[in-house]
This record gives sequence, C-alpha cells and structure tokens, in this order.
Amino acid sequence: MPAVDRGDGAFATSGEPDAGNQHMSTVGVVGAGVMGTGVAEAVARVSRSVVLVDVSADALERARAAIHRNCRMGRLLGTDAADPQEVLDRIETTGSLEALADCDFVVENIIEDFALKAPVYAELDRICPSGTIFIANTSAIPITRLASLTTRPDRVIGVHFMNPVPQKPAVELIPGFHTSPETLAATTALLAVMGKQAIQVRDASGFVSNRVLMLMINEAAFLLHEGTATAATVDEVFRSCFGHPMGPLETADLIGLDTILLSLEVLLEHYADPKFRPSPVLRELVNAGCTGRKAGRGFHHYSDVSSSSTPRPLELT
Amino acid sequence: MTEPARDIRDFILARYPHVQLDDDQDIFEIGFINSLFATELVMYVESTFSVLIPNEELTLDNFRSVRAAADLVQRLTDPREAVS
Repeated sequence: MPAVDRGDGAFATSGEPDAGNQHMSTVGVVGAGVMGTGVAEAVARVSRSVVLVDVSADALERARAAIHRNCRMGRLLGTDAADPQEVLDRIETTGSLEALADCDFVVENIIEDFALKAPVYAELDRICPSGTIFIANTSAIPITRLASLTTRPDRVIGVHFMNPVPQKPAVELIPGFHTSPETLAATTALLAVMGKQAIQVRDASGFVSNRVLMLMINEAAFLLHEGTATAATVDEVFRSCFGHPMGPLETADLIGLDTILLSLEVLLEHYADPKFRPSPVLRELVNAGCTGRKAGRGFHHYSDVSSSSTPRPLELT
Repeated sequence: MTEPARDIRDFILARYPHVQLDDDQDIFEIGFINSLFATELVMYVESTFSVLIPNEELTLDNFRSVRAAADLVQRLTDPREAVS
C-alpha cells in the first residue's frame, strides 16, 4: 500500500477544528441552492455561526426566506423550538469566498459539475487557513478527485447530506484516499453536534446511496418513457407495494431532475458503463426547465412550489 | 360568517373539494388533511390578510378549524385585541 502523505503538520499547529462546545466552530457554506441552504440552516440551528456564500444575491435572499419559513414551520408542527430570527441572525450571507477566511469547516454544495467545482476548490485552498477542513457535499463525484485540487488532501472529506438536510437524521461520510483520521474525527464530531448519524462508506462515484438510487430513478423514467405506467402509477407501486414513503419519481422531483441528470452523467463518465445512460424523458424534462418540485413541475405537477401535498401526475402523451 | 372565515374555508375547499366542512370542524381529524397542509394554511393566511403570525401563535391549534384560523386573523388585525 502506498504511503499516505499526512501533510506538514499544520493541522495540529493551527488548532484542530473542534466541533464540540469548547470551541464554537464557524462553518462556511458554499452554494445557496437547496442543499447549501439546508446545511446552513442545520448548522445555525445548533447555535453555530455560518457564512453562506453564493454568487447570486437572489439565491442568498431565497435561502434566508426558506430558512425563516422552515424554522417557523418547525415551531408550528412542534418539532423545533428554535427562534427563526435567532437562527437567521447566526447566518452571514455574502457573495465573496474571502469571507470564509476564518472558518473551521467549509461545506461545498456546488452543482454536480466537476468543471464548476474545480476552480472553487483552488480558491478555497488559497483563502482558508491550512487547518480548515473542506467538506464536499457531493452525490456522485469521488472525494479523492476533489481533494486533488487542493494542497490539503488530508483535510478534504465527503459528506453526502440528504434532502431536506435539517430533517434527515443520517448522512454518508466518505473519507478520500488521503483524508486523515483527525479530519474524519473532527467531521464526525461536527455531524454529531448537528444531530446527524454518520454512515461511513468508501470513496467511489455515487457512494452507496446514489449508485443504487440513480439507477432506480432512471429505470422508473424509462418505464414512463415506454408507456408501461404513468408517473403516479410508478410511485403508487413503490408506496403501496413496498411501503416506501415516496416513489422514485416523487423522490427525483424532490432532489431535482437537473441534479439527477448530472449525477447519472457523472456515474456514466466514471464507470463508462452504459447502464447509467440517462433516460430521454429525464433529459427532455430538464431541457424544458421542468426540474422538479422547486420548478413547480417535474415528473409531477406542484400547485405550490413550497407545497408538500400529494403531487398531481404528469401524463405523457 | 366573517370574511376571513369565508376565505379560509374557500382555501381549504379548493384543495379538498369533497370535504363537508363546518367552521368548528377539526380539519386534522378528517383523516387525509395532514399537518403539512397547515404550513400552506399559515402562508395563505399571512399573504391574504397581510399579517405576520408571531412565534407564540404558531401552533397547530390556531389552524385546527376555520373558526380558529379566523379568530387568529381577528386577533392579529384588531388593535383592541393586541392591547388586551
């Protein structure tokens, strides 16, 4: 086995990020899409300071509105007593990555496109102290490949958060080839503070969850394409026959069809296996802007973008 | 029936048109209206009646029936209620 470079010791000398109570870690969050917003909310809810960065001021504004709304709904349903304004007050929003210079952890949530992620890792590596841990929130891109973009591959680790982040109790935790035990321990501690169980798996494109889930969603889309069943029927089989809380096409709408398509393309590129070839109907819906629940339409229609009601089925002719 | 009550009733019936609904009926006991629908009702009430529901009023009990939701709107829009 090749020797693993543990770096220059800066991790120890600059102070190990400690997710516990002795040191109130500041967590940077890059990307204010659905996942980044969820991560920012989940961290802020446990009294940690968050710096949320996105190039789009609109996205940051939407993130603040969504976090405020989610916290209020938590109070309404009696599932969370956090004060919505206090949670928001812990989140600084900015368009500049430079604001991450004092963060102990940075969670990267950029869209699943390696070409878009790559320059950001180089920038983060320049801006952040050597002790800062980079957490890649990716659903399919290998962590070791992302870590290779930095001078600190021992302090890069993958965490595959599930959507909606504040409500989901577990994550996939993925050490890369060079990830140090200290990075693994510090990240596990941060996740524990956030109330997340970390399920560790080895680094491989798609990890466990998406290696299986993307194929299932894609095959369900092929069924729709072939006219074997409507979207509503496909989902009904999974809910009623298997007892799943949601069918695969509803799940795809929740994740976002653009993300599903990108994930399948990453899997196809990485494994060069045609079983990951995206369904034509999936590609067509994404091209049409029907990217799922967030767009009001995907495999199903949604009368209210923020609605969680049962979707109406999309009937393909 | 007050105007907020009528609007709130119409909002519920637009989503669940086959429900037999009176103003005191517990909408969560009907069976298929779940608590998540209450989140939509909160947003509807705030946007329709231009009110901001304070944290202490964000409870399912305030959205359990047409009358409860209408009473909440009344409390939030009537300055005499705010003083008392």
